[in-house]
Amino acid sequence: MLSIKNLHASVEGKQILKGINLEIKAGEVHAIMGPNGSGKSTLSQVLAGNETFEVTEGDVTLNGDNLLELPTEARAREGVFLAFQYPVEIPGVSNLQFLRTAVNAMRKHQGKDDMNAAEFMKLAKEVSKQVDLDPAFLKRGVNEGFSGGEKKRNEIMQALLLQPKLAILDETDSGLDIDALKVVSDGVNALRAPDRAILMITHYQRLLDHIVPDYVHVLVDGKIIKSGGRELALELEAKGYGWLGVKDNTTASH
Amino acid sequence: MATTDKEVRELIKRDYEHGFVTEIESDTFEPGLNEDVIRRLSELKQEPEFMLEWRLKAYRRWLEMEEPDWAHVDYPKVKYNEISYYSAPKRPEDMPQSLDEVDPELLRTYEKLGIPLHERAKLAGVAVDAVFDSVSVVTTFKEPLEKAGVIFCPISEAVQKYPELVEKYLGSVVPAADNYFAALNSAVFSDGSFVYIPKGVRCPMELSTYFRINAANTGQFERTLIIADEGSYVSYLEGCTAPMRDENQLHAAVVELVLLKDAQIKYSTVQNWYPGDENGKGGIYNFVTKRAACIGDNSKVSWTQVETGSAVTWKYPSCILRGDNSVGEFYSVALTHNYQQADTGTKMIHLGKNTRSTVISKGISAGRSSNSYRGLIKFNPGAEGARNFTQCDSLLIGDRCGAHTFPYIESKNKSAIVEHEATTSKVSDEQMFLCRQRGINPEQAVSMIVNGFCKEVFKELPMEFAVEAGKLLEVSLEGSVG
Repeated sequence: MLSIKNLHASVEGKQILKGINLEIKAGEVHAIMGPNGSGKSTLSQVLAGNETFEVTEGDVTLNGDNLLELPTEARAREGVFLAFQYPVEIPGVSNLQFLRTAVNAMRKHQGKDDMNAAEFMKLAKEVSKQVDLDPAFLKRGVNEGFSGGEKKRNEIMQALLLQPKLAILDETDSGLDIDALKVVSDGVNALRAPDRAILMITHYQRLLDHIVPDYVHVLVDGKIIKSGGRELALELEAKGYGWLGVKDNTTASH
Repeated sequence: MATTDKEVRELIKRDYEHGFVTEIESDTFEPGLNEDVIRRLSELKQEPEFMLEWRLKAYRRWLEMEEPDWAHVDYPKVKYNEISYYSAPKRPEDMPQSLDEVDPELLRTYEKLGIPLHERAKLAGVAVDAVFDSVSVVTTFKEPLEKAGVIFCPISEAVQKYPELVEKYLGSVVPAADNYFAALNSAVFSDGSFVYIPKGVRCPMELSTYFRINAANTGQFERTLIIADEGSYVSYLEGCTAPMRDENQLHAAVVELVLLKDAQIKYSTVQNWYPGDENGKGGIYNFVTKRAACIGDNSKVSWTQVETGSAVTWKYPSCILRGDNSVGEFYSVALTHNYQQADTGTKMIHLGKNTRSTVISKGISAGRSSNSYRGLIKFNPGAEGARNFTQCDSLLIGDRCGAHTFPYIESKNKSAIVEHEATTSKVSDEQMFLCRQRGINPEQAVSMIVNGFCKEVFKELPMEFAVEAGKLLEVSLEGSVG
């Protein structure tokens, strides 16, 4: 489904990604781990089309289509979804309005009619329960005054509503307590489907106790230096990144 | 940053929707201003003697005054002798008695503006007094209003029919020599609306006026006078557009609201005068004096305005809170783009006891525009227990525009309480990225973010206008992101 070949990207002239190669098939869950500053978040932003980053070399295709040629919104409509690490607030715009606008943009692209306010309200209420968010959140401004955990749940709710082909989760576990982690993980597991690929970006292995990946990759200094199965994450937890000859003041076990 | 700027530049490049010129024959005065022009104007309008005297007095004062230059705007001086001071659509008969008699070309103009007079008016239950250039063309829904005792007519008609009301209240809120543009307006005003709501009457429908500047080189100087007698209520809507022209046109209007005891007026404006092209050529100079006097105790006035038009705006709808417990409110959205300049805000003058005022101002700047809020909150010694709350928010789109806030607070009463909050924010790249990542078009994203920013003001608008205002913002922002 997703094919990344020799991807290089920079921001303000500084090279961050230095040749990423990655193949993800439909139905698979991949985890990318790595120390701070290794380029994990940059990879997710580049895939989603954040124009702050410049792709200097390489190819990315989604089901054979060149993703890099498409603007952000077109990638989204093709099924690329990014759950943000730090979702931004949009004051005064209700979550409900935002979500309905997004869902209708997607439906329009798929040649379907707009969902009216009543239909959408019903759907949104159901999905909000799935991530344990009070439907009252739908009336509040987008991420306005949400706690860290609420923001993350809101992101997963959006993924559930938009039903993407490729869901990229950028540090979705950061800042969550155990209970919230459980709720978010349940939401992500509900996303798992044979026709969907999930790419999880995380610093810590604990998320992988809840969402068990098919593959784990270790990203260091803009390159994937090691790939393996679930056991690789456990090994990292036990030995830290230092085990791979990487200097890091944190370990994967926090 | 790069993304949003590029987007902004493209979004801003939209065309002005209302840029068409109506080809109808007009009676237009030769350009120039002197006492003879004023006499001719007054004669043409068959005005009583007091009106002519009032105009001449204003004109003489105007000659002694100087054009103000304190506003944060910059424009070439207006050449007052190159403006024509009267332009009326020519009709075979005198005045049309019904819509059927109105020049069809004129009606088509209204259609293009999106105000099909009959249908829209009927559906919405709105009486429209349409001012086309300088003369009120037709007033609909006169009958149900007359039944309620409400007077709603062109001010030129009121001068003849209700001279005692006009003489008593005209200039009572904005004196003829109040300021340079008010004095000019007092001397040459051609038409406008007059409203009188009798004691204890709740006006049975929302009153609406559409203004439009059509003829080239014509100044439009409309004058509106609304009197709400004791215990009455009226909601008045005003919408404005003007065709596209290269040269700048002057619009110097005066609006006076008079509120007696327990009266309430809600005055809403959606202003979309031609703002000039993307290089700053053309556009309307909108120099307007709007003021309400809450003379009676417990009276309440609300100004709500959504302004997206004009090349230069100079406008401060104000409230004089004379009656005890009177309330003044000002809710404003001002959007500027390209080379538009706006210096706008309000004055809340607290004279009576326990008077209260609220100011919510939302300024949105895009392109290379400049958007200033200027507000005066004044408490006189008698304003025991008076309160004001001001909130002034600015939103920037791109990084070549400017937002300024000039708040003035003068308090001569120790018991008065004033609160002022101000924020400046940007439509951020992160917000845009979030919206686009969810499949939303950049234009739609900006429009949604801006609408969210204006929410507190939009909810004050009458339903019908709120929808229109939202659409207007959307249209005005087209091209400000790409």
